[in-house]
Amino acid sequence: MSERTFRIWRGNPQDGGDFVEYTIDVQTGMVVLDCIHEIQKQHAPDLACRWNCKAGKCGSCSMEINGKPALSCMTRMNTFEEGETITVQPLKTFPVIRDLTNDVSWNYQQNKRIRPFAPRPRDPDGEHRMMQEDVDRVQEFRKCIECFLCQDMCHILRDRETQQNFAGPRFMVRLASLDMHPLDTDDRIQEVRDESGSGLCNITRCCTEACPEHINITDNAIIPLKERVVDRFYDPLMWLMRKLKPGNSREKTTVE
Amino acid sequence: MIHLDEIQTIEHDVLVVGAGGAGLRAAIETSNLGLSTGVITKSLLGKAHTVMAEGGMAAALGNVDSRDNWKIHFRDTMRGGKFLNQWEMAAIHAKEAPDRVRELEDWGAVFDRTRTGLINQRNFGGHRYPRLAHVGDRTGLELIRTLQDHGIHQGMHVHMECIGIDLLQDGGKISGMLAYWRETGRFVVFRAPVVIFATGGAGKAWRVTSNSWEYSGDGYGMAARAGAELMDMEFTQFHPTGMVWPPSVRGTLVTEGVRGEGGILTNSKGVRFMFDNIPERFASETADTKEEAQLWLDGDREARRPPELLTRDVVARAIMREVKAGRGSEHGGAYLDISHRDSDFVKRKLPSMYHQFKELAEVDITAQQMEVGPTLHYYMGGIRVDAESQMTNVPGLFAAGECGTGLHGANRLGGNSLSDLIVFGARAGLGAKAYLDKLSGTPAVQQEQVHEQMRSVIDFLNREDGENPYVVVDDLQTTMEQHVGIVRDGTELEEGIEKLQKLKERAAAVKAHATSQYNPGWNTCIDLRNMILSAEATARCALQREESRGAHTRLDFEGEREEGLTFNSVVKLVDGQIEARKEMRPTPPEELAKIANASLEDLEGSRV
Amino acid sequence: MTTTTSATESRFGPRQGQKPQGGHVSAPLTTQRSDPWQIGPLLTLLGFGSFVVYVTFRAFQGLDYYSAPYLSPFYSPLVYANPEYYSGSPTFHALLGNLPAEALTMWQQMIAWLPLALPLSPAFFILIFPASFRGTCYYYRKAYYRSVVGSPAGCTVCPIAQGTYQGETRLLLIQNLHRYAMYFAVAFIFILGYDGWLSLWMPVDAQGASWVAGGGDPATYQFGFGVGSVVMMLNVVFLGGYTFGCHSWRHMIGGRLNRFASSSGETGLSYAVWKMTSWLNERHMLFAWVSLFWVMFTDFYIWAVCNGWITDLNSWSQTAAIGQ
Repeated sequence: MSERTFRIWRGNPQDGGDFVEYTIDVQTGMVVLDCIHEIQKQHAPDLACRWNCKAGKCGSCSMEINGKPALSCMTRMNTFEEGETITVQPLKTFPVIRDLTNDVSWNYQQNKRIRPFAPRPRDPDGEHRMMQEDVDRVQEFRKCIECFLCQDMCHILRDRETQQNFAGPRFMVRLASLDMHPLDTDDRIQEVRDESGSGLCNITRCCTEACPEHINITDNAIIPLKERVVDRFYDPLMWLMRKLKPGNSREKTTVE
Repeated sequence: MIHLDEIQTIEHDVLVVGAGGAGLRAAIETSNLGLSTGVITKSLLGKAHTVMAEGGMAAALGNVDSRDNWKIHFRDTMRGGKFLNQWEMAAIHAKEAPDRVRELEDWGAVFDRTRTGLINQRNFGGHRYPRLAHVGDRTGLELIRTLQDHGIHQGMHVHMECIGIDLLQDGGKISGMLAYWRETGRFVVFRAPVVIFATGGAGKAWRVTSNSWEYSGDGYGMAARAGAELMDMEFTQFHPTGMVWPPSVRGTLVTEGVRGEGGILTNSKGVRFMFDNIPERFASETADTKEEAQLWLDGDREARRPPELLTRDVVARAIMREVKAGRGSEHGGAYLDISHRDSDFVKRKLPSMYHQFKELAEVDITAQQMEVGPTLHYYMGGIRVDAESQMTNVPGLFAAGECGTGLHGANRLGGNSLSDLIVFGARAGLGAKAYLDKLSGTPAVQQEQVHEQMRSVIDFLNREDGENPYVVVDDLQTTMEQHVGIVRDGTELEEGIEKLQKLKERAAAVKAHATSQYNPGWNTCIDLRNMILSAEATARCALQREESRGAHTRLDFEGEREEGLTFNSVVKLVDGQIEARKEMRPTPPEELAKIANASLEDLEGSRV
Repeated sequence: MTTTTSATESRFGPRQGQKPQGGHVSAPLTTQRSDPWQIGPLLTLLGFGSFVVYVTFRAFQGLDYYSAPYLSPFYSPLVYANPEYYSGSPTFHALLGNLPAEALTMWQQMIAWLPLALPLSPAFFILIFPASFRGTCYYYRKAYYRSVVGSPAGCTVCPIAQGTYQGETRLLLIQNLHRYAMYFAVAFIFILGYDGWLSLWMPVDAQGASWVAGGGDPATYQFGFGVGSVVMMLNVVFLGGYTFGCHSWRHMIGGRLNRFASSSGETGLSYAVWKMTSWLNERHMLFAWVSLFWVMFTDFYIWAVCNGWITDLNSWSQTAAIGQ
């Protein structure tokens, strides 16, 4: 058991806010979220924060701890130096509601813009057949818990004026999960470039560093999508081949 | 008090309360039927407790073992529920689950595959055959994300971080609901002739639980206050394997999938104690030697299943027994070990368990054993509903998922909860449509009712002083652990009920500081009364059931009694007091009774 | 669907030019991180810097790139040679033989205005290819966007240039041609592989003496090996690890497909290659640095042997010693 000091940002956009210090006793095995609950119990019952599962599965308790976006339920206290003051803030990318909570509704609007899954017809016996090797990639993307830490970390959304033109890593992952889905028949490449702004990503990989589910966002989702965009729009040889062999504009290649 | 016109009002045909698997499935159904559908959820969309479900969803697809069919699934469910299930519900569930699962695939779900490219299925406690469609150990996440991504294109309205206060009624019929926005603390009136509850259970009344803050029994409290009946509330499932160390994660779920993939339970002496805990009913289907258990794991279809895969009540009690006898693990649980399997296999099949232990307990499960102990996990009981339509005895009020009851009886089989959500979620949607078709006129919202309900929650903010709500929650959890735990006793229960009366008084006088804007303290004040109501309902039903059956264990009444099979416990709020009674069970439909009691050979050969 | 929160009109985020509201910093290169985040980009900068300086010097030097039987990777494939102009230059190794005198004269006229005399280095014709491959590589892009441009210098570190961000659109659309650079890079693996093979064959004269700088065409080649052979072959291995972990390569050989398995459930060659590429791709950064260092080291080793700073241990000198 040891005493620990927290600097927590309290306030709201209307009235402003500032960091407030709290000191509590920390027991073995505690995570930052436990400490926030302890602060609620002992000092500030109205300290606002989101949480649900407390096991890194729901992605509710995203905040910035010592300047880094993290799930507070998975950030163990023993990862900090003895005597280090721990600074806790809401996410920077999204508007603050109060204390440690943000309005993340923008993300839900982005998701709505992505056209839904459009499966090919079932086999004559009423089954869909996909091999495990074919769904491995998609399953990696579907591990996403929508904590939006990648959205917070991404400098395009976090610090840039052009943010409205980019859907963010979360939705590049979602687009990848649809575009690489063995059953999906929709063509999403134009959308990836024009609607979601794949060209704005400069692959500096912070989203991948932030992901608590260890999804390899940059290498497995964004770059493969960028390559598919190149196939369609920027590769002169591919362009020529399409001209010579028209009717093959549907780029979703399958082997039979 | 402000006039009704000045309160924000939103109109819908159907209001779904809760955006977990059942709520979203119900909303998809009603929006597809052309009804204006609103969904309110305590937290953000996609964060509901369904994401915590790990192992899979049970459906007799027969992809892995073609001998499986709905009748065997039905029989397993009845046997698991110790024959206290509602017969029709168990049958509907077993019949419709495969279609509901296939439908998810059309909506984008990506289940693990068999070698021939079909949906893979895994073994689970109490299921005769590999039956659980799964995605590693994050099946719940897959379910909720699939429903969410499909649902957003169906025209439903999702109102996030909006919490129900109480139902509004007009002459007994549902006319809507009063709720508040968590963000601002402002009130909102939903005018809707149908309300579908998908609010989950009330596990937060216990200290060691796998449930989150949302699980405060809101549905039970609101339904009971509106005159609905609750049933089978004594049956609270303690999942045998929750984490026990470190203290801050005590209760966090460790999926049954660990045992399904070959995990073994041992005590501090290294003894595999489940071999000494095989109930007679399951003796013929359970391996009694390590060798046979290993054969089963290696895929021998003739071998019987390892005892670790007995139903959850049996395993949970066995662990408790080891701990009480002083053979528990270092921190008061049992050891669960999967390290004998290949390290890559464990990481592939149980990725989130691997991370959970690695990051929260600094244990590498591919090399070290886990410490596990029982944790409150699930309410088998809940709001009493009609099997076909999911409507309660309050016209216009429906319930589906964990907050409803009837499918699981005295004990739920793992994997039946996720299929429960989609089967009865869809059914509730259909039921709502049928009810609306017959309904003449729109039930009106009464100003008086709204005012009274508003007053009851504003008081927490306005009063001069009062107790800290977190302290009362803490005491409630202590009381439930001590008096209504995994092993119960008449005197303990009576004392517990008395303590609950005191807690009820304290809960009525708590004080919330600061304003109503995003104020978890105030939210807790409001949740607290539902939590205590659910806790008391559980305690009273537990006291009434004088036998040990399924998840309900009485020290003073060991073993199943014949009388126990004749009734379900039903709870109703009468003049603000909870009253429990025994409701006689109807005679089962002949055909279903025949299936439930038939031999496996007959069912496999479809001779019954 | 609509998702609403308490406000009737949902607020539109991200902040859209508003100031951050939760006590965050915004000035260029500021952050609230407490760890030493600067180390990463500084090391990258140092690594790049030293490589660029070294390569530029060695490329412009145009000397000491061949010590029989080892050819420096910076000069491979050797387009032309000229023993009179570049000391130690192996005419027999060059694709086009000796550099014509006319070309040399033209070059000297072209650079007459320069204060120093630059040789017409055969490396000029080579280095453009690896440079364009590494320059448009998905890993190196991250590295220089971070450490050179500061866009951003580190995660949650505020970018240096604010408000003018275009990502990889407009001028930087050129990055999309990475796959063409990759085609050349793959060819180079085979060329350098051939050099590795040649490093086992010592050119010797009619008397059986090893070729030395200024020597004529060899009479024959004698099999053997030396430390230099190992250095050169490792160079091929590391460059191969880097090149065959390339994101564009990974896309072309399989990533572009949505199904690897045939209807009977069999996965073919392209899946196997894709899996191997994916393994290398996860280690792309590692191979990028190891190969960068090793190609520099290979060149240095040959340079050093040319000048006699170190003696290459090999089987040929043994034979020579025994022969005496």
